[in-house]
Amino acid sequence: MFVSGNVIFEQVLNGLTLGGIYALIALGYTMVYGVLRMINFAHSELFMLGAVGGWGLLALWPGGATLGGICVIFFVAMVGSGLLALFLNRVAYAPLRGSPRLTPLLSAIGASLFLQNVVFLWRDSQLAFPPLFVSGHFHVGHLDVSFLQTFIILISIFLMVNLTLFIRKTRLGKAMRAVSQDAETAELMGIPVHRVVALTFFIGGALGGAAGVLNGLYYGSVKYNMGFAPGIKAFTSAVLGGIGSVPGAMLGGFLLGLLESLGAGFLPKPEWKDVFAFVVLIIVLLFRPAGLLGKNRAEKV
Amino acid sequence: MPKKFNRFVLPLFLAMVFLALPFFLEGTTWGFLVRILGVMGLYGILALGLNLVLGYVGLLDLGFMAFYAIGAYTTAVLSLRGWNFWFCLPASALMAMGVRTVLGAPVLRLRGDYLAVVTLGFGEITRITLNNWDSLTRGPQGISLLSAAVPPLRFFGYSLYTNTHFFYLIFAFLAMAWLVCRRLDRSRIGRAWIAIREDETAARSMGIHVARLKNVAFTISAGFAGVAGALFARWENFVTPESFTFWESALLVAMVVLGGMGSLPGVLLGVAMIVGLPEFLRADLFSRWGGGQMVNARYLIFGALLVGAALFRPEGVWPRSRRKD
Repeated sequence: MFVSGNVIFEQVLNGLTLGGIYALIALGYTMVYGVLRMINFAHSELFMLGAVGGWGLLALWPGGATLGGICVIFFVAMVGSGLLALFLNRVAYAPLRGSPRLTPLLSAIGASLFLQNVVFLWRDSQLAFPPLFVSGHFHVGHLDVSFLQTFIILISIFLMVNLTLFIRKTRLGKAMRAVSQDAETAELMGIPVHRVVALTFFIGGALGGAAGVLNGLYYGSVKYNMGFAPGIKAFTSAVLGGIGSVPGAMLGGFLLGLLESLGAGFLPKPEWKDVFAFVVLIIVLLFRPAGLLGKNRAEKV
Repeated sequence: MPKKFNRFVLPLFLAMVFLALPFFLEGTTWGFLVRILGVMGLYGILALGLNLVLGYVGLLDLGFMAFYAIGAYTTAVLSLRGWNFWFCLPASALMAMGVRTVLGAPVLRLRGDYLAVVTLGFGEITRITLNNWDSLTRGPQGISLLSAAVPPLRFFGYSLYTNTHFFYLIFAFLAMAWLVCRRLDRSRIGRAWIAIREDETAARSMGIHVARLKNVAFTISAGFAGVAGALFARWENFVTPESFTFWESALLVAMVVLGGMGSLPGVLLGVAMIVGLPEFLRADLFSRWGGGQMVNARYLIFGALLVGAALFRPEGVWPRSRRKD
């Protein structure tokens, strides 16, 4: 097969766009896992609600949203998804601390069905997400670059940089790192573990909501069951990078996005792209059982 | 005397009433219940199989439907080549077990949630492969078994094809699955599995071959899925990849967790609740009040009930009782 530089560039750009969205969702999985050692299986619904909420808000700008409008939409979608994550934690997870490890999985599946069907009862069809100011292409040399993709990649990187700064540089970030290292000791040192856990849910939910809006912009439509597939992919990204590790989720997200788009571009049938991504995941885990950046904890006896 | 009544006579009586159900239901407006009970039976076999891995050994498996799919497709493909069902059935079980053993050998070294995501990945790989291997599986169109090449399903000269026939066939296999699980539960293997679940390191230091026993659980459970798949393929006479999504695998895990991990009656109760409740909500309860709107809301109610069940019975609805001996 003849492969031109242009095609490769295009696939890499697609991969980074997709990867940015995956990474934002994966951060929600990995941060909650970091502090609670629990997979939040309802996280993909926060992503969906961010997207559908963004769609609902767009009706306020019938002529197409302005730059200010976009900022408002992002802000509301993020805060909304974050608050919903708090609510989810409060109702479905917090009462289950100390119960068998898999019980939160049951309440997550229940919550997931509930949230999906709330949206289903409101709007049960594919909802068109209108294109915004960011459309068209610009040229770098003889390469075509879409404004929208650049916008999505930049926003996702911007959010990730801020998150990293927050975790590294602030007191609250330090508290989060402490809880994730050892919740019991952190509690003894006077860190309000429950509040830190809630904060983690809020941030994870907010990032998921932002990813939802970006996803809506990218694909041009949203639907009540849209969270499912990206949710699985993002969860996979988090594990690929090493679940519990924040840089791992970012790396895993971009890597999975790239694998998928390169797979779609160069495999004989684009449908095999997910097989390709999962096979790579399995091979990586066989050689690095704790993911790429995860720590292999020695077992205490 | 009452003790004997409770342990023996009462269950026997209930079982007889249950087995007589199709005679009363068939032909009435409640005839669809026979079909739903059959579906519950199939999920019962699957959930008992998954319970071996999830309930006893404590390994989270999010791709169990892959082996159901492998069983169903094995039977579908072989039936089209003229194989009798009674040869397809063991072939399906062996195929599922074979694939699972080969998969298990490398991946069972992974711990906890990493294993979960690998099983999830394998489930997706299986579904996508079935969807795209057109020459064997006819891709998304699926395989229909309504063709002259497929030999009718016969049992000592009787042709089995109605929902009632499959009701009995499925519950016969469910009973066998139950007996196998009961025997395993009280065997050295079952006790070793529980020991691994409680503390893997301690189990290993007591001389339990952890890797081998995990793979035994992994393999046997796939056999259950293979048998259920074979029954499913011949009952529906139609298989498509879309019957075997991640969502189905997740619901199956929910059935085992809801019922009570490692508790055999609990697992079946979990199946009855998760398969039955949405049908129940659809059937009658709400049509009187809200009409169509409430039918649409049934999964909303179902979801809320699942959350409620997790909160009020975190150990499961019918948890495993610790034996006092």
